[in-house]
Amino acid sequence: MSVRRRERTDRILKIIFKATGLATIALLGAIFFMLFYNSIAFFTHISPIDFFTGSQWNPESVNGTYSIFPLLASTGLVAFGSMFIAVPLGILTAAYISEFAPRKLQIVLKPVIEMLAAIPSVAIGFLGIVLIGPAIAKLFGIQNGLNALNGSILLAVMALPTIITIAEDAINAVPQTYKEASFALGANKWATLFKVTIPAALPGLIAAVMLGLGRALGETMTVLMATGNAAALPKGFLDSIRTITATIAIEMGEVPYQTTHYFALFAIAAVLFVITLVINLLGEYFANRFRKFHA
Amino acid sequence: MKKKLTHFLNWVLLVGSTCIVCLFLGIILFDIFSKGFSSVSWNFISQPPEQGMTKGGILPALIGTLWLTLITTLFAVPFGIGCAVYLNEYAKPSLLTNIIRASIRNLAGIPSIIYGLFGLALFVQGLRMGTSVLSAGLTLGLLSLPYIITTTEEALKRIPNSMREATLALGATQFETIKDVVLPKALPGILTGIILTLSRAAGETAPILFTGVAFYINGLTSSLNQEFMALPYHLYMLSTQHQSIQQVRPLAYGTAVVLIVLVFGLNLIAFYIRFKQRTQD
Amino acid sequence: MDQIKLSAHSLNLSFGEKQILKNINIDFIKNQVISLIGPSGCGKSTLLRSFNRMHDLSPDAHVKGTLKLDNLDLYDKNISVTEIRKRIGMVFQKPNPLPKSIYENLSYGLNIHEFPKNEIPDLIEKALKESYLWDEVKDELKKPAVKLSGGQQQRLCIARTVVLRPEVILMDEPCSALDPISTGKIEELIMSLKKDYTIVIVTHNMQQAQRISDKVAFMYLGEVIEFDSTENVFKNPQQELTRNYVGGHFG
Repeated sequence: MSVRRRERTDRILKIIFKATGLATIALLGAIFFMLFYNSIAFFTHISPIDFFTGSQWNPESVNGTYSIFPLLASTGLVAFGSMFIAVPLGILTAAYISEFAPRKLQIVLKPVIEMLAAIPSVAIGFLGIVLIGPAIAKLFGIQNGLNALNGSILLAVMALPTIITIAEDAINAVPQTYKEASFALGANKWATLFKVTIPAALPGLIAAVMLGLGRALGETMTVLMATGNAAALPKGFLDSIRTITATIAIEMGEVPYQTTHYFALFAIAAVLFVITLVINLLGEYFANRFRKFHA
Repeated sequence: MKKKLTHFLNWVLLVGSTCIVCLFLGIILFDIFSKGFSSVSWNFISQPPEQGMTKGGILPALIGTLWLTLITTLFAVPFGIGCAVYLNEYAKPSLLTNIIRASIRNLAGIPSIIYGLFGLALFVQGLRMGTSVLSAGLTLGLLSLPYIITTTEEALKRIPNSMREATLALGATQFETIKDVVLPKALPGILTGIILTLSRAAGETAPILFTGVAFYINGLTSSLNQEFMALPYHLYMLSTQHQSIQQVRPLAYGTAVVLIVLVFGLNLIAFYIRFKQRTQD
Repeated sequence: MDQIKLSAHSLNLSFGEKQILKNINIDFIKNQVISLIGPSGCGKSTLLRSFNRMHDLSPDAHVKGTLKLDNLDLYDKNISVTEIRKRIGMVFQKPNPLPKSIYENLSYGLNIHEFPKNEIPDLIEKALKESYLWDEVKDELKKPAVKLSGGQQQRLCIARTVVLRPEVILMDEPCSALDPISTGKIEELIMSLKKDYTIVIVTHNMQQAQRISDKVAFMYLGEVIEFDSTENVFKNPQQELTRNYVGGHFG
């Protein structure tokens, strides 16, 4: 009879374990529902056309203008700026670590990357205020160094570990035979790297960039602290900007429950959610393509 | 001659990039530690803030962060291990497991501020837990969940099937096999993942902004429905919102030192466990 | 009249689209050692593992046909698989001791099957003696089992199976990872266990099959080609394929 009891325990626990698995689907579904339910509530007040095409985010004004455009432009500007720095640095570093660095140096470099990844975003934002900001102000002769450039530099630092780790895996996964073939044809190691290894690893490298970009787009604290938070359309990297994430962080704490402004913050969050989702799915698509190709 | 020059330039490009990356870490650590070290003392970590935060220590923020991490652990660890066990031990590959895995990957990619919104809508307002250390801890727990599931599953995958067959062939049920062999054997890997995840959660700020963190509370957090102070938020407030920012800068540096030491300490523990396990295998 | 202990009738087994076992009909007699031989991939391990339902874990395995222990249908929906595995023990190709002490490796099965606590030490001592391991480990029963040598580990795995007093022991190439001296000890052990158990063993080693078995089944591409006494299979095979295989012409 005890066998029956043990097998019943097994069945019950299997159901519990399965429930935790199903709960992850429910969690994603609930986040999705929360964002879009509140967004719809928002769009019953404000037309989507005004939301996407207007030029001002000014919920505090008398009429309350809600245009995501300046926020989106800020988010895009600072994220792409960060990629401008992080992509070449990250891929070249990954190439060096996986193809050229001596074994002993590799052992030192990996923890460096991991330590960089471990630093809390708020600490990096803090350095944006006390270190990068004043440096930018001095260099460009402007009053205040809290701007898009500052944010881009910090986001680059934050995205680098992601990009380096995934890019290194991608470069490592390029079969040795490709490189040997290239050497056999008389190519030197540089030509092999730039003409054989990197092109072969390209889908994996794109995946690395996508995931780094996803990280930069979704980051809150660094941009909140270091970019000046002016919700106007930015004209360049030396302008103060305010990203979607920073807007939510600043305003959510103060808005009254279930007002247009409250719903508006869910609407911009929904837009951010869709953007990061698409970027991550693209990253996954390229990672899968790379895996299939080299498996 | 031209060939040599390109060689040299290529070399500069690669080594230079790597140096810049290392330099980033160096600058961050050097600046924070050189300027913050003198602020850190026993009093700094054992005393509450005084005189409008211009003096005193960070004890309530430290305690708040410990509370938060504890709640995150209690919520996310059993949940995450349960899900990983289901995926790796019980589930057969199917549409359902594909959907679960896709959900987990997507959850990992959601910006942390959106978890903050979700925590606000679900825990603070929906379940009426209010802005509290419980709401914030659960929010961070949800954020940590996909990482714990993924790292646990990796650890379970490394256990060879022959280990499972050993007990199954003796007539053990699947749960007995998991409980007595698989989990104990995978424990170092699971622990490493949990600790690394918690070190990230402890440094997170965005998800706790609207779910319960406070600039200042009188006394220490002592119950689940209380608001709390937290190290990362303390650093944020000291460096951006305080009325005499320049005056409190040393305190902000000190807070940054403690936060980074805490996070690196957790990372070191995780690396030690990983290292021990590798040398044993 | 010899008693049939274990049998398979019209057994077909496939993994997904791929059929591994084709219409197997075979009876194993009580208290005999039966060897399954054949080239790699012929399905001998698959056949062995279908008797204690190890394929339950593979999502795409489909088993059709009747497998019986005495008169018990092993794939009956109402039968407890843990009970079956207690009655049909298994020893694997690579020694796989539990990550526990030597003693706990044996007490584990006894505990989960709720043997009386006070009998456990004696049962363990007896099983270790039967597995010729007692003298080597009696002073260090608390030592982790993984610290033992490969041959000792495999004898521990046999002891772990024997301690539950199964009726049948399935062995999947139990000596393939061992040196000749350890192999000799295990073979000796198998011969001595025969009086109490029915043993089905998969082996690649022709000499081993000749030394230890009463009957030999030669399998090829998922079918049992020839099943007869050891002497007949090796000295006077009826099938061309068997002759080629035991003569060393392929495999």
